[in-house]
Amino acid sequence: MISYILRRTFAAVILLLVVSAVTFAIFFLLPRLAGQTADQLAQQYIGKSPSKADIAAVKHNLGLDQPVYVQYWHFIKGIVAGATYDLGPTTVHCDAPCFGYSFKNHQAVWPELTSRIPVTASLAAGAAVLWLLSGVVVGVISALKPRSFFDRLFMGVALAGVSLPMFFTGKLAQLIFTVQIPIFGRTYVPLTENPAQWANTLFLAWCSLALLYSAIYARLTRSGMLETMNEDFIRTARAKGLVERSVVVKHGLRSALTPIITVFGMDLGLLLGGAVITESVFSLHGIGEYAVQGITDNDLPKILGVTLLAAFFVVIANLVVDVLYAAADPRVRLS
Amino acid sequence: MSETKKTDEAAIPQQTSASEGSADREVLLRVEGLTKHFPIKKGILQRQVGAVKAVDGIDFEVRKGETLGVVGESGCGKSTMGRVITRLQDPTGGKITFEGQDITRLSTGQMRPLRRDIQMIFQDPYGSLNPRHTIGSIVSAPFRLQGVEPEGGVKKEVQRLLSLVGLSPEHYNRYPHEFSGGQRQRIGIARALALKPKLVVADEPVSALDVSIQAQVVNLMDDLQQELGLTYVIIAHDLSVVRHVSDRIAVMYLGKIVELADRTSLYEAPMHPYTKALMSAVPVPDPKRRGQKNERILLRGDVPSPIAPPSGCRFHTRCWKATEICRTTEPQLIELRPGQRVACHHPENFADQAPQDTVLLSAAKEASELVPDAVVADAPAETKPAAAGDEPAAEEKPAGDKEPAAEEKPAAKDTASEQAEGSEATASEQAEGSEATASGDASKTAVPETAASKTPAAEPAEAAEPAEDAASAEAVAEAADTAPAPEAAEAAAAAETAGEKTGPGAKSTPGKATGKAAKKTPGKPATGTGSEESSGK
Amino acid sequence: MTELSKNGAAVDESAAAQRPEAFLEVRDLKVHFPTDDGLVKSVDGVSFSLEKGKTLAIVGESGSGKSVTSLAVMGLHRLGPRGKNVRMSGEIWLDGKELVSASPDEVRKLRGREMAMIFQDPLSAMHPYYKVGDQIVEAYRVHHDVSKKVARARAIEMLDRVGIPEPAKRVDGYPHEFSGGMRQRAMIAMALVNNPELLIADEPTTALDVTVQAQILDLIRDLQKEFGSAVIMITHDLGVVAEIADEVLVMYGGRCVERGPAGEVFEQPQHPYTWGLLGSMPRIDRETSERLIPVKGQPPSLINVPSGCAFHPRCPYADIPKGNVTRTVRPELEQVSTGHWSACHLPTEDRQRIWTEEIAPKL
Repeated sequence: MISYILRRTFAAVILLLVVSAVTFAIFFLLPRLAGQTADQLAQQYIGKSPSKADIAAVKHNLGLDQPVYVQYWHFIKGIVAGATYDLGPTTVHCDAPCFGYSFKNHQAVWPELTSRIPVTASLAAGAAVLWLLSGVVVGVISALKPRSFFDRLFMGVALAGVSLPMFFTGKLAQLIFTVQIPIFGRTYVPLTENPAQWANTLFLAWCSLALLYSAIYARLTRSGMLETMNEDFIRTARAKGLVERSVVVKHGLRSALTPIITVFGMDLGLLLGGAVITESVFSLHGIGEYAVQGITDNDLPKILGVTLLAAFFVVIANLVVDVLYAAADPRVRLS
Repeated sequence: MSETKKTDEAAIPQQTSASEGSADREVLLRVEGLTKHFPIKKGILQRQVGAVKAVDGIDFEVRKGETLGVVGESGCGKSTMGRVITRLQDPTGGKITFEGQDITRLSTGQMRPLRRDIQMIFQDPYGSLNPRHTIGSIVSAPFRLQGVEPEGGVKKEVQRLLSLVGLSPEHYNRYPHEFSGGQRQRIGIARALALKPKLVVADEPVSALDVSIQAQVVNLMDDLQQELGLTYVIIAHDLSVVRHVSDRIAVMYLGKIVELADRTSLYEAPMHPYTKALMSAVPVPDPKRRGQKNERILLRGDVPSPIAPPSGCRFHTRCWKATEICRTTEPQLIELRPGQRVACHHPENFADQAPQDTVLLSAAKEASELVPDAVVADAPAETKPAAAGDEPAAEEKPAGDKEPAAEEKPAAKDTASEQAEGSEATASEQAEGSEATASGDASKTAVPETAASKTPAAEPAEAAEPAEDAASAEAVAEAADTAPAPEAAEAAAAAETAGEKTGPGAKSTPGKATGKAAKKTPGKPATGTGSEESSGK
Repeated sequence: MTELSKNGAAVDESAAAQRPEAFLEVRDLKVHFPTDDGLVKSVDGVSFSLEKGKTLAIVGESGSGKSVTSLAVMGLHRLGPRGKNVRMSGEIWLDGKELVSASPDEVRKLRGREMAMIFQDPLSAMHPYYKVGDQIVEAYRVHHDVSKKVARARAIEMLDRVGIPEPAKRVDGYPHEFSGGMRQRAMIAMALVNNPELLIADEPTTALDVTVQAQILDLIRDLQKEFGSAVIMITHDLGVVAEIADEVLVMYGGRCVERGPAGEVFEQPQHPYTWGLLGSMPRIDRETSERLIPVKGQPPSLINVPSGCAFHPRCPYADIPKGNVTRTVRPELEQVSTGHWSACHLPTEDRQRIWTEEIAPKL
């Protein structure tokens, strides 16, 4: 088991390196290959209407005039050891995990990201708990009584959940519960300041997000459970004389849930990289919103930073999933 | 390895003396020193630490118009052999000659014209037909792939083929799910015969079918052979079926052919103890013979691991006649009687090949407890002339009237210590961890048999993961059976690449995506879990 | 369930009067599953009885109803995927208790304790996530109020009894770490942990190699001798039947077509379908230069079972009986000799003649 974890961790580290290389290639190499000059690329890193001097400075700071491997070295070195940018009059130091520097706002990207991670994490975690619970419960009930009234009702609701766009349900909920019947707050309060307020302000966002996901999870659980309950080992469990509840929970659910762990980990990882629409709808200043900002401002360093962070979360989530999966299914634990 | 190959080749010339009827027929397919190893990779760097020796140096030839049956227990490598001789998988070593042409190293492209002549029929009539294609399109696929325009048009030819295999030509536009298992197998046969192949390799063609249907398909294959002059290699675990269909039969054990003989010799007077044990284990539909246990030879435990096969004769760990020479020297497959090649130092029904060596291994003594007196009487210690021991001594008191389970228990320890000394120990040490560890060699009986076919069905996530053990590569390959035939080659190839790939991210995505998809495919997806490996933990 | 109670009343009435003497007695068992395509008559009137210490083999092809019969005895058919709407009638008497009219919970309490089952594929029949020992412990503790420690000791004892080497170590292994034969042994240990009096084995050796099959059959026989339990062996392999059965029941299309002592059924089979099965089987023990004699056609659909004798469309002798009886009248089981029953319209003398002159010489 330990060797398995070590191996997966090692693989994750390699994967991170690959991800960084790919990200680098997308942001620095592809444009050049597509015919952009160093100047044009530098211009993109500044944002709208830069001056000649700015361009030259950025070009120099990012090393765009140097060979590709040197550029990559700078890129990696920046992430690991930090970087220093010489901006003519001032020199800016971008601390250790330097995910880039927004020349436009004169801000390092990382501190901005770290201030936003709690917001996105709060949103994702709360929603995840909601959708996992509701999705699995609904899925199991539907699976145990296929074609029953509840099954059809739940699956109908689930279908609606998937079909209705977030900005519709979210906006509608917000309108009703913060304006018409103002029982929920609108501005985000950090968990550390006031947990009750934190939950209160995030609740609508959680529900809107969870509605979407729990629909998917209910369907996943239902089909997984239906399939598992047809397995031979379920018949064996019944042949032992177990009561049906133990058969379902101990033998059925555990098998049905393992594939869901995988999907769940990936979804959570992706969400941590920014829930763009939800954050916009509920005006949460999270990672997703930051990415949107980067895109609207045409501020490449921001986008680069978010991309790297999102990739990091996905890789980590993946690692956690692998380990959980091995814990659940002994067959995965290969030496 | 190289040693094995050399000696095997040496044995080949001897076969020319065969005088049996089929012997003078022209050789269609010749296999020399064929090996197929699936590498096992371990650790973070995925270094190769060993190999599953699925096929480990076999020689045989298939003559025009005959049926060669291949029998053996699961994991003996017979299915792998089938896929290698049809070049659905690449051999590790050795030589395959088809009609005088060396096809061992032909590329996929170079093999294409030969695909007309060599066809394969698969076991699973449910998995081997693409459910979304009509029967017409399935059976006509070979024409399309080969760019052949049969006389009178594809449709007419397909309808002729359908009636040839006993289906109605009107079935042309139907889908596989509308057919029963037996009918699907007929469709599979029609597809295989579309291009008038010379050689048909059938891997367990009837084992998924009901008895009455099984007989229909066996008869059909028989008729088609007569009509079209086909040559068959039929791989099966059912010795009764093989006896019925084959002219000559090869018995495989742990990647080797231990006996190769024409049907009558093999079933009337088997020479290899394993052949004898195997045949005695088949239940006979005749209640009067029950209780005549003196004919029944119970083998102890399971087949050893093909990762670290026993030294010398591979059967010596379970054989009741094994002596020192069996442990140290590998017997060659030599023609002891015309048309009967055997690899054994102390053959049954024949003069002892190593008469000087009379001291039984202690494992053999244990094993002989499960062997009826009538059979033991033939053991080398007594140096009795061959035929005597063979008479089914029905009047002798039944010897097998013991409790086998009880007998088997104590065996483990003694066997273990016995095997721990001598060359056996080295063999097991190589089998990283599992065998060499604590349990000593009790694993010899306890260790799950051969990784591949019996291994648990898989959590698909591992299918990509299993880079580290080739057992899974083999297992995946098994799963290839269930894939539609045209795809089988690719599937097999994919299995191999899976075995080689070390890409760290390999698992992550498939884990999610295939989580359910793979479960739904028939024939249970392969698992990456080599039972061998895990048993050590 | 509603169906059950409906029948319950009717059954009780006759039941009180006819409490059978046999250990297990099944009377006119019918198990029907309504589906979108129609009513699947999986089992359509099967009766048999079985004494302790004896083995009954139920033989038939897939879809003949042999598995559903055994699942019905265990009460498992109601719990399966199709179990919700199952219609069941008839009587199943196990040791003086009637199971068809019993409440599901009563049947559950018997399941695993008085009657146990082993399945064809021991790999898929064991839960892949739990240790073999834990699965046996679970089976024991359902019916015995003992500590985990005691149950574990019992599990080790059982593993030892079924011939698994180093049971104290293997008890902590996972099913995938066992070989096929060892897994089936563990499965048997799990089934026998509560000393059941009835053991149902559903194709227990089909997935195993012949040498392992021989070991497992031997084990089952020995354990039966030791515990004196009744065994129902479901199989399609007549070789296995000959090896182990005292009584044979041949099923076709959800009904019993022939039933009798094993020796007689093999020596003097009375039903053309039984002949067909014997003729379809290649034999290991003799040279068969002649072709196999298959049964023509396909097994019947259980939704549209042919009228009259279900076997008539495939029967080469369907035209011998006068008139149209084979197509219109369903043959009932008739006693041929003591304990040997057959459901066939063929006159006895014709049957005798066809068997001795046409069939037997070719086998």
